[in-house]
Amino acid sequence: MVVYAVLILNKAGGLIYQRDFNPGLQKISANDYLIIAGTFHGVHAITSQISPTNDTGSSGLEVLESEHFVMRCFQTLTGIKFLIFAEPRQPNLDVVVRRVYELYADYVMKNPFYQIEMPIRSEGFDRHLAAYIKPQA
Amino acid sequence: MNRDPSPFRPTSTASTATSPTPKYANLTASTNIRYSLTRKSIYDRHLNRTKTSELSKSAFAFLFGEMVQYAQKKVYGVQDLEKKLNLHGYAVGQRFLELLLWRDGRTAKRETRILGILQFISHQMYRAIFQKQADTLEKVRENEDEYMISDNDPIVNTYISVPKEMSQLNCGAFIAGIIEAVLDGHCFPAKVTAHTAPNDMWPGRTVFLIKFEPEVLEREALRVGS
Repeated sequence: MVVYAVLILNKAGGLIYQRDFNPGLQKISANDYLIIAGTFHGVHAITSQISPTNDTGSSGLEVLESEHFVMRCFQTLTGIKFLIFAEPRQPNLDVVVRRVYELYADYVMKNPFYQIEMPIRSEGFDRHLAAYIKPQA
Repeated sequence: MNRDPSPFRPTSTASTATSPTPKYANLTASTNIRYSLTRKSIYDRHLNRTKTSELSKSAFAFLFGEMVQYAQKKVYGVQDLEKKLNLHGYAVGQRFLELLLWRDGRTAKRETRILGILQFISHQMYRAIFQKQADTLEKVRENEDEYMISDNDPIVNTYISVPKEMSQLNCGAFIAGIIEAVLDGHCFPAKVTAHTAPNDMWPGRTVFLIKFEPEVLEREALRVGS
């Protein structure tokens, strides 16, 4: 499994977690990550409003594919968004993103020192996420 | 005849006597005990009923997390917080020891030696609470009055990541409180503290350091002599 990066966005579109898993990738600045998060939040809001079918309950943008990567988004019922950037044609990304959500529910939400909506600084989450995404390392 | 009703006189005696509400209606409202349909509360159950039952770890984690947050609001530092958690654990330990000995029935035994009580804690007590034994039980070489019980992955710390600015904190202080209460209950007064001691395999390894009061060692010495 080649996952490039994991991003977590809070309800307001702020970036609360960001981690790269592939050292060979081009580095972008912390500010650029915030811009990606904010932009994606806006685009997601628009796509969930203007769905071509007449349904009111569109879930918004879920997958974005390009030549070099595929991005998968999963929005929880509480409005937190998990973004995963991976190699193109990486299968079962929805399973991966749900597992990351599970880890978040365990190691972030059950941690009494975490303040909701704030950046995630949880050693347990870091450790288990790394163990899941890159089991060999 | 009593024209001036005294304010100290219970004026509602008549009304409560005739009221159709059950006698303990007031009590239940004020103590929040839940009653089932058969009017049985938790106190009417047999104490062995929950002996082998299990509890959701998530529910416990949330409850414990809330407890830590609540304790954090009223303290001025890490030591203070650990003391608070220790006290919470102490209250659990006192009750738990009684339950444990009661469940042992006629085979229940009061430990009188240091090694005996430490083994009781790291085996029976640990198994009854966490369904596993403590990982090691050692004596501190330098100090005559200190012992260590270690747990590679304490259940209370599974989901807890302590922030860097509070790095000395270990929420295992709660378990330390339970151990302290069990020791006190057996007349082995001691101070128990929890310390983080990670190794490569177990990043969350916790050591409970038990420091006995001098009178315990004095008594132990007498027993060895006899």
